[in-house]
Amino acid sequence: MKGYKRLHNTFFILLIMVSASVSAAGGAKLMHMEVDLSDQTSLQRGAKTFVNYCLSCHSAAYMRYNRMGKDLGISEDILKTNFMFGTDKVGDTMKIAMSSSDADQFFGVAPPDLSVIARSRGADWLYSYFKTFYVDESRPFGVNNLAFKDVGMPNVLWELQGKQRLIEKEHDGGAHHAPTYEDLELISEGSQGAEEFDQTVRDLVNFMVYLGEPIKLQREKIGFWVLLYLIVLMVVTYLLKKEYWRDVH
Amino acid sequence: MDNSNVDKSRRRFLTAAATVVGGAGTVAGAVPFIATMAPSEKTKAIGAPVEVDISKLQPGELTIEKWQGRPVWILRRTQEMLDDISAQADIVSDPVSEASAQPDYAKNEYRARENEYLVVIGACTHLGCSPKFIEKGIDESPSADKGGFFCPCHGSRFDLAGRVFKGVPAPTNLVVPPYKFISSSRLLIGDDSEAV
Amino acid sequence: MADIEQKVVKGLTGLRDWVDNRFPLTKSWNEHLAKYYAPKNFNFWYFFGSLALLVLVIQILTGIWLTMNFNPSAEGAFASVEYIMRDVSWGWFIRYMHSTGASAFFVVIFLHMFRTLLYGSYKKPRELLWLSGMAIYLVIMGEAFFGYLLPWGQMSYWGAQVIISLFGALPVIGPDLAEWIRGDFVVSGVTLNRFFSLHVIAFPLLILGLVGFHILALHEVGSNNPDGVEIKKNKNAEGIPLDGIPFHPYYTVKDIFGVAVFLFFFFAVVFFAPEMGGYFLEHANFTPADPFTTPTHIAPVWYFTPFYAILRAIPDKLGGVIAMGLAVNIFLLLPWLDRSPVKSIRYRGMNYRIALTAFVISFFVLGWLGMQGVTPLYTWMARFFSVIYFSFFLLMPFYTAMDNDKAVPDRVTD
Repeated sequence: MKGYKRLHNTFFILLIMVSASVSAAGGAKLMHMEVDLSDQTSLQRGAKTFVNYCLSCHSAAYMRYNRMGKDLGISEDILKTNFMFGTDKVGDTMKIAMSSSDADQFFGVAPPDLSVIARSRGADWLYSYFKTFYVDESRPFGVNNLAFKDVGMPNVLWELQGKQRLIEKEHDGGAHHAPTYEDLELISEGSQGAEEFDQTVRDLVNFMVYLGEPIKLQREKIGFWVLLYLIVLMVVTYLLKKEYWRDVH
Repeated sequence: MDNSNVDKSRRRFLTAAATVVGGAGTVAGAVPFIATMAPSEKTKAIGAPVEVDISKLQPGELTIEKWQGRPVWILRRTQEMLDDISAQADIVSDPVSEASAQPDYAKNEYRARENEYLVVIGACTHLGCSPKFIEKGIDESPSADKGGFFCPCHGSRFDLAGRVFKGVPAPTNLVVPPYKFISSSRLLIGDDSEAV
Repeated sequence: MADIEQKVVKGLTGLRDWVDNRFPLTKSWNEHLAKYYAPKNFNFWYFFGSLALLVLVIQILTGIWLTMNFNPSAEGAFASVEYIMRDVSWGWFIRYMHSTGASAFFVVIFLHMFRTLLYGSYKKPRELLWLSGMAIYLVIMGEAFFGYLLPWGQMSYWGAQVIISLFGALPVIGPDLAEWIRGDFVVSGVTLNRFFSLHVIAFPLLILGLVGFHILALHEVGSNNPDGVEIKKNKNAEGIPLDGIPFHPYYTVKDIFGVAVFLFFFFAVVFFAPEMGGYFLEHANFTPADPFTTPTHIAPVWYFTPFYAILRAIPDKLGGVIAMGLAVNIFLLLPWLDRSPVKSIRYRGMNYRIALTAFVISFFVLGWLGMQGVTPLYTWMARFFSVIYFSFFLLMPFYTAMDNDKAVPDRVTD
């Protein structure tokens, strides 16, 4: 019997896999945004938003403050006064004070570490996520999200954005219409206008993409020279091959 | 196969060119592999300067702090200890620290910014073992009867200024790390920038 | 000046002679390079053997350096990979070389194997060469599978969970076998630890041994060529094949050029697209392993997808596992399935040409299907192309025997 149960379990895993890949086809269409890692002021603004709004519950435990300061052109003094709240050691990583068991209790699940979230979710998803919170009283935090259905997180940016509501559409002929960004309507003003808030989100996502892979910009710069070198190597080795092969042809 | 009319100089030139270009690439390619073995950012962060509260340190007492994973000794010396150090100039091998490693401000008889406080890395300059603190009068040998440091590995001895005695394996005095006083009761080890 | 030069040359010759009297240095050099005669008509498809060796060297070197900073524990693995990516200087470079190298290995090996199908290089007298190559291929699949668990992301975890569960499908011993492989009731730190050991020590040793065997076997029988003509049949008075040229310098310089071209593409990926759009490094693998939540879309890495599609095409668990195992291993039988007297596709008839084309198409389509979610249409497509895939092998004795082969020339043609 035990053996059968295990067999059953493994089959179940396969089933989950298969059904999971089916459901992956669904989901709301994402909004697109251009990421520009060379825009340092945008990254700085994004970093500011990040440490103020995200870092209170989420950690970025693989990112060091001094690395961020160096990459984003922020001096250590400004780093300490404007960006670092939990620690005064610039070599520290972006950890949070909340223990994961506290977080479990408060949110039901520990808020994930955000170091590489942009690499698993993608910039477009993050952009859509931050912009599509809407009021839904049936949820514990009173909000739901179009990119992340039944999300277990409050809309921390609501003071900036204001509150949105989902306009219920008539279902014609039972065909299910997946709600999009256009179906959201602002019901209370935030401290930022629509355009300003859009920029805030873009800066934040920009920063989070940087956070996912801090070396990216430099990597591509080095890559350019490596490829240039390899072209030279190709030419030289091709001429050498040609020279020797005159014996054969 | 016919290599009767080979342009030997062209062949030699191209071989040399390929060797040089390929060799340069190989050397450049080896750089990351060598560089990657140096201390990482995490290691550097852990080895960052440490602040030490010395307000509770009694005269004649030694405290050990960790900086960059190494033991750093902080000894608050009494006037008697300082007098003993002065008296030993003849039997230490480098009395004014000409050949030893220390910041300029510690290159003096007492090897300290302020004579009262000795700050040295507790690693023998012979082969890196950590010597032991011996108080005055415990050891009867002339090189340690006034107190000092004794290395158990190969028997090197140092006085209370970290100066090595003559005739022991250690070549130089104990290393003094960069440090500064942030206040009269707080010491920063590992950083001496902008210190007065 | 000339005097000094003479002395240096004399000294070096003396040293060489000293070594030669104690170790077969010059002898090996001649046997495997300077006097190893390879057919002069190698074409594009003959670059991939030396490139596979290059990728192996890249993997071993970067692997050694990664091991210096990797922490093979469930608690520390994911964090140590990010530590390598961020805190270790150049760690990102070494890691991307290793992850890109894994995919590059399969690209190069698939092309190397395709060459064999094109020119019948598995046929007599190269059966052992083929079998040893297949053994390398199988071991590398294992090596890649073990390595994929190490970053301890969601794909690592669930990929391992699923693949190990396949062994659970075997009758009687299955469930116990799967448990034995994991060393735990589910994939856990215990599994990670042993996969690490297998990945960095056991399988690399196996691969090196097999590669040595492969090269020795090759140099014993000599290389095949695009004409499928045995160059050893036509030798001059000194016993040198008329269509052969010394491997060194001719093929060394040619292969070095091939290496330069390969490295261009390799580093283009390393520096500009290390994730390769999620094919080389999957997005979900940037989420730490969570034994309680399966990611919404899971698919194996691209090089396993053709076989994965075959697995899913069969509506029976055990049947699917058997079909998948067969799809990977059936290549072993090629030397005996092929009844044609002709090696190279240049002189084969239409039957083989059509069969090979259909096989390649089915391989690509199955590979693509293996990455998609399951729909009824895709399942039927997978079944259709699985049939074609297996027909290539199972019908081979018939269509090759009946093929309209052309006359093979006596000497190589170009």
